Amino acid sequence: MQESQSAIQASYLRTPGRFKGFLGWVTSTDHKRIGLLYLYSIATMFFVGMLLGLAMKLELVAPGKTLMEARDYNATFTVHGVIMIFMVVIPGLPAVFGNFLLPLMIGARDVAFPRINLLSWYFYVAGVVLILIALLFGPGTPDTGWTFYAPYSFKTGTNMLPAIFGAFILGFSSILTGLNFIVTIHRMRAPGMGWMKLPMFAWTLYGTAWIQLLATPVVGITLVLVALERLFGIGVFDPALGGDPILYQHLFWIYSHPAVYIMILPAMGAVSEIIPTFAQKQLFGYKALILSTMAIAFVGYLVWGHHMFTAGMSGTAQYAFSLLTFLVAIPSAIKVFNWISTMYKGSINMQTPFYWAASFIFVFMIGGFSGLVLGSLATNIHVHDTGFVVAHFHYIVFGGVGYSFMAAIHYWFPKIYGRMYDSHWANIGWILFFVGFVSLYTPMFWLGMKGMPRRYYDYLPEFHGANILSTFGSWILAMGFIVIVFNLIRAARSGPPVGPNPWNGKTMEWMVPSPPPVENFEEIPVVGENDGPYNYE
Amino acid sequence: MYNTEITQASNFVKGVDTAFLVIMGISFVFLLGLTAVMLYFIYRYNRKRHPKPIQIEGSTRLEIVWTVIPLVLVMVMFYYGWAGWKPMGKPPKDAMEVTVIGRMWNFIFEYENGRKTDTLYLPKDQAVKLNLVALDVIHSVYIPAFRVKQDMVPGKDNTFMWFIPQREGTFELYCTEYCGLNHSYMFNYVKVMESEAFNTWYSDTTAVAASAEIESATAAGRRIMQSIGCFACHSLDGSKLVGPTFKGLYGSERTVTSGGSKKVVTADDEYIRKAIFEPDAELVEGFGRGLMLSYRGQLSEDDILLIIEYLKTVQ
Ligand code: HEC
Ligand SMILES: [Cu+2]
Repeated sequence: MQESQSAIQASYLRTPGRFKGFLGWVTSTDHKRIGLLYLYSIATMFFVGMLLGLAMKLELVAPGKTLMEARDYNATFTVHGVIMIFMVVIPGLPAVFGNFLLPLMIGARDVAFPRINLLSWYFYVAGVVLILIALLFGPGTPDTGWTFYAPYSFKTGTNMLPAIFGAFILGFSSILTGLNFIVTIHRMRAPGMGWMKLPMFAWTLYGTAWIQLLATPVVGITLVLVALERLFGIGVFDPALGGDPILYQHLFWIYSHPAVYIMILPAMGAVSEIIPTFAQKQLFGYKALILSTMAIAFVGYLVWGHHMFTAGMSGTAQYAFSLLTFLVAIPSAIKVFNWISTMYKGSINMQTPFYWAASFIFVFMIGGFSGLVLGSLATNIHVHDTGFVVAHFHYIVFGGVGYSFMAAIHYWFPKIYGRMYDSHWANIGWILFFVGFVSLYTPMFWLGMKGMPRRYYDYLPEFHGANILSTFGSWILAMGFIVIVFNLIRAARSGPPVGPNPWNGKTMEWMVPSPPPVENFEEIPVVGENDGPYNYE
Repeated sequence: MYNTEITQASNFVKGVDTAFLVIMGISFVFLLGLTAVMLYFIYRYNRKRHPKPIQIEGSTRLEIVWTVIPLVLVMVMFYYGWAGWKPMGKPPKDAMEVTVIGRMWNFIFEYENGRKTDTLYLPKDQAVKLNLVALDVIHSVYIPAFRVKQDMVPGKDNTFMWFIPQREGTFELYCTEYCGLNHSYMFNYVKVMESEAFNTWYSDTTAVAASAEIESATAAGRRIMQSIGCFACHSLDGSKLVGPTFKGLYGSERTVTSGGSKKVVTADDEYIRKAIFEPDAELVEGFGRGLMLSYRGQLSEDDILLIIEYLKTVQ
């Protein structure tokens, strides 16, 4: 105990740099502090996005007007989408846990370019601020949906330009993080740590980083074109000026589909760390998991057209995209099989992070299977742009990334703060969240199959029952979230101190004190012949 | 999940629902199976019951098995999805054509003999080809009961969808591509009738003419505006929607911008005619350009006169 207390005193959390307090944080190039800066900013944005989501659900509890006018509803789902996608899930795990853990996991003192790392956080903040300006000032809150589809995004009189510029800057933040991670993984691994000794989480960060680097510029270009079109009417997307709105959709999804993999790969990586630790067993099929990660990162580039099956593409394009979409399901399935096999003959310690990881597998499977319905041509035609799609991507993006994030924060919390949370309350939070989540999104599958389109402010009475259930679920989920957050905040301030390795993990971040000292390792560790990230012998 | 007893509402229902059954059937088996296995492992290999883990590195044979089996299964799924979708792109030659015109925020259906309605009347068991025209932004025609959906993209006027309605009744038709303020109110009905009933409705232009004669001019004006969707943007009670209210419009003084300069004009017959045919020529103060589109070609001069008669009564 005494020792852990002094670890906290000597850690990155306390050691003063040139500045103290708040300034000390926002000028620090320590990857751990930057990780936490991201954690706090992303958590704040998530909270705002969640409030908007709750407002939408409340509006839909009954047909007709409940809370707000159609105009406000449309703005609400736009802002909810923009915040959640661009400010929460895309930076999400890489920015928070990638920053915090990558150097620790590979035995390095920091990322390759610490200053660029801090810069990317500033870009993130600048993007967020610009978008918030677009929302609060000027002619009106953007109401185009987070997809900004042309030509509606040119017709609406709302404040589009600052929002577009903000999203553009967020893109830069993402690119810089990706670049940093690639170089870090290539150049800064501890001596003896070959590629085949890299923890899965680092592998998935690597896959993600490449997508960030290669796909994000496409959305940058698209956003610039939209801005030029709005300002000077250059006629690329707007049919009134001779442009092609379908081109916009292609460009948009060429980025935004791989973006889904930016979000989900590190989520899978975190789960691949947590399951072995709590089963105290080697990760089953390590190489298969690496291969499937790279396969997803690669094939994920080639499936964007499945967002456009009803837009009027050529027949050949339609079934090529459908086929590729089915192929990308295979590596995801392989991952699920390997995770479950890791539990086989393990010695499972039922702790909060494991609850989250196991429920991650469950919701991720539902998300994946509903993805098959959407990847198939005939069924896609029926459920495209309905509640079914909304349910599907919330199961994947909120279920996948959200659950994994929760698993990760409960797993690495003792490492980050050097203190432990109350696992009783943490489990109560988990069960509320899980029950709320399932009752919030499952009815939307049904609504979509019955034909209720998405982005509908009002609906026919036949859709009422399922919508009530869904709204009800949103309240339970919010309660769970509040319990979780309060529990963690309390623990960060006054939880009992823990030693360096409370879960008996084998990856290298567990070898240093909790919380880690500023320079991570006193001496750069050397990875021996028989050491490995999952060596539980 | 779907009732297979009753005749299916369209010729595509079977193909689409089969694909649903195949995909969801396989998925449910896997979801339940994998979840059960996972829960069993969690129970059986709990630390209490199994304190010492047994290390297993992996198994190449298993990896191959669980790559190949899902691969085969998804190819089966792909096949059913493709088979159910294939015929949607190939309308028969003898299909009856109807043009669907979408604009913010209503659909109009235009028949070959010039009839225009806001409900899509269709004969049972007759192939129908809908030619889709969007005037302003992208909309999408979705008839859930028929399992069909197609986006209409402005500038791309050769898009179509087709199907054979097979059951009498009234079905919903929604816009499923988000198109702004009243997107969720952009829905109409499809009415499928026995072919005789349809033919009587379709060819009976005298009935329309007769009813139009007994109908007063103001009622006719109101009916036209209702069916073509003016009230999506203009209210009758003084409230401001997307466009200015019609209440007290006729004969009042309007401040408009025309060619960059402001002027005040009286809302007389000519003003209203111009507002409908060239909406952007004289923009009412406080409203944006490009929201109201010209109705030239959609409304005749006679229609305009009837509309004006009606507007005179909204005071
Ligand atoms: C998409 C929304 C929309 C629809 C549909 C629409 N309008 Fe308009 N309308 C507007 C807007 C916005 C204005 C004000 C800007 C302008 O003058 O063009 C306007 C202006 C007018 C004016 C001038 C009003 C005034 O206060 O001086 C008239 C008359 C008019 N519309 C008639 C019609 C008629 C008749 C229809 C149906 C055939 C129709 N509008 C359909 C949006 C719409
Ligand atoms: Cu529409």
